[in-house]
Amino acid sequence: MKKTTKRTPLVEVRELKKYYPVHGGLLKRQVAEVKAVDDVSFAIFPGETLGLVGESGCGKTTVSKAILRLEEASAGEVIFEGEDVLAAGGADLKRLRRDMQIVFQDPFSSLDPRLPVGESIAEALLVHGIGTPQERFERVLEVLRKVGLESYHAARYPHQFSGGQRQRIGIARALILDPKFIVLDEPVSALDVSIQAQVLNLLSDLQAELGLTYLFVAHNLAVVEHISHRVAVMYLGRIAEIAPRDNLFSKPLHPYTQALMSAVPKKHPADKKERIILSGDVPSPLNPPSGCRFHPRCPIARMGHCDVEEPQLRELEPEHWVACHYAEEFI
Amino acid sequence: MTVQDAAVPQTEVQDYRNNSLLFLTFRRLFRQRNAQVGMVILGFLVLVAIFAPALAPYDPDRSLIGIEPVEKRAGPCIHALGCPSDQPQHIMGVDGNVRDQYSRIIYGTRISLFIGFSTIGLAVVVGTLIGAVSGYVGGWVDNVIMRFMDVILAFPSFLLAIAIITVLGRGLQNALYAIAVVNIPVFARLVRSSVLSIKELEFVAASRSLGASPLRILFVRILPNAIPTLIVQATLSIGAAILEAAALSFLGLGAQPPLAEWGTMLGSERNQVFTSPHLVFFPGIAIMITVLAFNLLGDGFRDAMDPRLAQLTKR
Repeated sequence: MKKTTKRTPLVEVRELKKYYPVHGGLLKRQVAEVKAVDDVSFAIFPGETLGLVGESGCGKTTVSKAILRLEEASAGEVIFEGEDVLAAGGADLKRLRRDMQIVFQDPFSSLDPRLPVGESIAEALLVHGIGTPQERFERVLEVLRKVGLESYHAARYPHQFSGGQRQRIGIARALILDPKFIVLDEPVSALDVSIQAQVLNLLSDLQAELGLTYLFVAHNLAVVEHISHRVAVMYLGRIAEIAPRDNLFSKPLHPYTQALMSAVPKKHPADKKERIILSGDVPSPLNPPSGCRFHPRCPIARMGHCDVEEPQLRELEPEHWVACHYAEEFI
Repeated sequence: MTVQDAAVPQTEVQDYRNNSLLFLTFRRLFRQRNAQVGMVILGFLVLVAIFAPALAPYDPDRSLIGIEPVEKRAGPCIHALGCPSDQPQHIMGVDGNVRDQYSRIIYGTRISLFIGFSTIGLAVVVGTLIGAVSGYVGGWVDNVIMRFMDVILAFPSFLLAIAIITVLGRGLQNALYAIAVVNIPVFARLVRSSVLSIKELEFVAASRSLGASPLRILFVRILPNAIPTLIVQATLSIGAAILEAAALSFLGLGAQPPLAEWGTMLGSERNQVFTSPHLVFFPGIAIMITVLAFNLLGDGFRDAMDPRLAQLTKR
């Protein structure tokens, strides 16, 4: 048996697809589909952080929203503790939502400007009918302290907080139902670098304290390296590579991952490393390239193979999965 | 104000009350010259409407023939300004049916304010429901509703109001319905566009991921955030509605004589503009001042709620 099958995943995404129809013409018929997420599968194990990285528009946010049913997926399954989230309805879905929460990217639009933040945080308890008003109030103060804010902050309005504080409030709102799994949708990309570190450390501390499982969506590799246990790299709606963090960062096997890594600034300006410059832009997901989606920009693509056959994820090293026909060259 | 350290949470609590968005908006509103003028006039008009029986020297609907020695359409007679004291005082003169014009103007305030608030109130409630459903549900529901609203909007609003009255029959009540119907698409479109933009914000998605029901999201999360724009439009529309009602009454389609409605008063004396100008002048001025007050207040609201302006005037 492989190492990966020993643990039971908390969340398992299977062949997830999200196509957006494009309507055009006089009769507004469907003329095409944007394949934002095309056949994505991965698993997240209890207590770990899976980093999900990729360029803008590669589908990483769509994946995270589809898992929480904030976007309806076109096809596929999301298994959470043995239950298919995508098939759940009504009361089942509401119950599942107690265990799955999200922290958003934009700390400015993620809080209702009309409400004191304490009420925004308490909404979850209200919706699920938990506790008396007094108990709810105490619970709000408790989570506020947990994310490093003071109890008197509960009575203030969102516009009175800084971006970092608001992001803490967003985290408090996600925590109040004691979820097992939290999707972090670029939680620090809108923040100053100094604040980013604080929020990331807060997230790590909370994970250690509460045994949380994270799906961490980001485009900043340094941030992902800091917080993730495993990392999945997405390109044009598909997963290119998925591996434990150290393995991925020390030895990326997919040419796209290698190009991404080479773009990360070095810690010391004197450190020189070969830059892999990709030519061209990300192709349109409306009409993705045939075969391997990366082949038009790939430095090692072989015509006649890469542009015909779509590579599947293969486990080349323990827990290191790559979707490339020629990844062996880099081992 | 008692012990320094014990008072800390207390001051914090007061602090937040004074900092809700609504409070800040109203503070800006009260600082605006336009809005100040509008509110003063409007406050005055409301007081006049409430205390009309005390303020009016005569019964607005009772003819003075055989009661007082005044002529039909007599001009203003003010004792303080040299009118002989043996003649009865009529500040704004007497109308064609020998009724005290001043008393009629005062009672007309009640009717005009009632018209403004009731028509726009109805239009806001119906329009908000239509627009909210349209914007939130989307798809073909949205298309059907909005095309229907477009049809209503395509008619010049006044002609449409006349058409509706033609069907329902003339009278103040039907004129109110007509004006409300004409205003519904305005609010439906406004609310729809607000809902469309607000429902994409992340706090709405957050609510959804917490497990809130669609109805709760629409009525507790989205609609309250659409209220500011709604207030601006409603205030401006009240002025327009009063004007429209006066115009309908002027044409004889709205309030019917002997009701003391400003538009009706204008209409019934319009042929005497040159011989008895006071009978047209005073109702006209009354309409103008009322509409002006609502427009000033509406403009003030709009400025107070404009976030760009809010930054400039930030304390």
